[in-house]
Amino acid sequence: MARVVVDVMLKPEILDPQGQAVQRALPRLGFDGISDVRQGKRFELEVDGPVDDAALARIHELAESFLANTVIENFTVKIEEPAVGAEK
Amino acid sequence: MTARIGVVTFPGSLDDRDTQRAIRLAGAEPVALWHKDKDLKQVDAVVLPGGFSYGDYLRAGAISRFSPVMETLIDQAKAGLPVLGICNGFQVLTEAHLLPGAMLGNDHRHFICRDQKLRVENATTAWSSEYEAGQEIHIPLKNMDGRYVADERTLDELEAEGRVVFRYLDFNPNGSLRDIAGITNAAGNVVGLMPHPEHAVEPLVGTGRTDGLPFFTSILKKLVAAS
Repeated sequence: MARVVVDVMLKPEILDPQGQAVQRALPRLGFDGISDVRQGKRFELEVDGPVDDAALARIHELAESFLANTVIENFTVKIEEPAVGAEK
Repeated sequence: MTARIGVVTFPGSLDDRDTQRAIRLAGAEPVALWHKDKDLKQVDAVVLPGGFSYGDYLRAGAISRFSPVMETLIDQAKAGLPVLGICNGFQVLTEAHLLPGAMLGNDHRHFICRDQKLRVENATTAWSSEYEAGQEIHIPLKNMDGRYVADERTLDELEAEGRVVFRYLDFNPNGSLRDIAGITNAAGNVVGLMPHPEHAVEPLVGTGRTDGLPFFTSILKKLVAAS
């Protein structure tokens, strides 16, 4: 089993009202100096078997056709390596 | 023979019955279509109704776009079958790339429900021929994800080709670029819009006007003329 992470973000030129709402709340919470916030989506895919090039290509296809709408969103695909000496 | 107009029910569709009723009032025969069926039952046109299919999870319309019924519908729409997408249906049509651009959350982040004034910009599509270009109409609008976006090139192309079919007047309810409320594909058979014409077909309800009825009489006239 391996985990592949797909991160999806609105393209920079697309207005992100959710991110703006979060950003505007920051001074009220005492967090200064943050000039912009954008909110995205993270998908964690648990993959059976090895994540070889073929599996990655399939996931890339999945991200491009379904998880992200490339008219408005960019995405990245990465394999999440288990941390060395990680507990649990 | 009476024109048969299909109405697709996805899990989470809300306005399928209202749409069937509007079709019946216009004088056509509504045909219920189920999202899991690939068969379109030989209908002459299809309406994708409003609602919150699949709870709008992932993106509005994104999961429905992969329903079995859409496989058939996408092919047939490209071959000329008239298709109208209302609200969630419009979102499905953009996700299916039958219409350009995409729908995003309203810029003010709130659900909105109001009587909306629109201008009919294009009265030559399969679904708008019973209006006159420039006509101003009132149609109910209710949505969470009604912000139409597309890149500048696509917007310029839509404007230049007269493919903006309806535009918001007086008030832009969701931040849609260039006040766009509805668009058509290049062939004019596929139309999508955010406001709900099916809620304005009887004087007793909604706006008290019947400004939505010409959508359904337009398609009926086209189908009768073609037969």
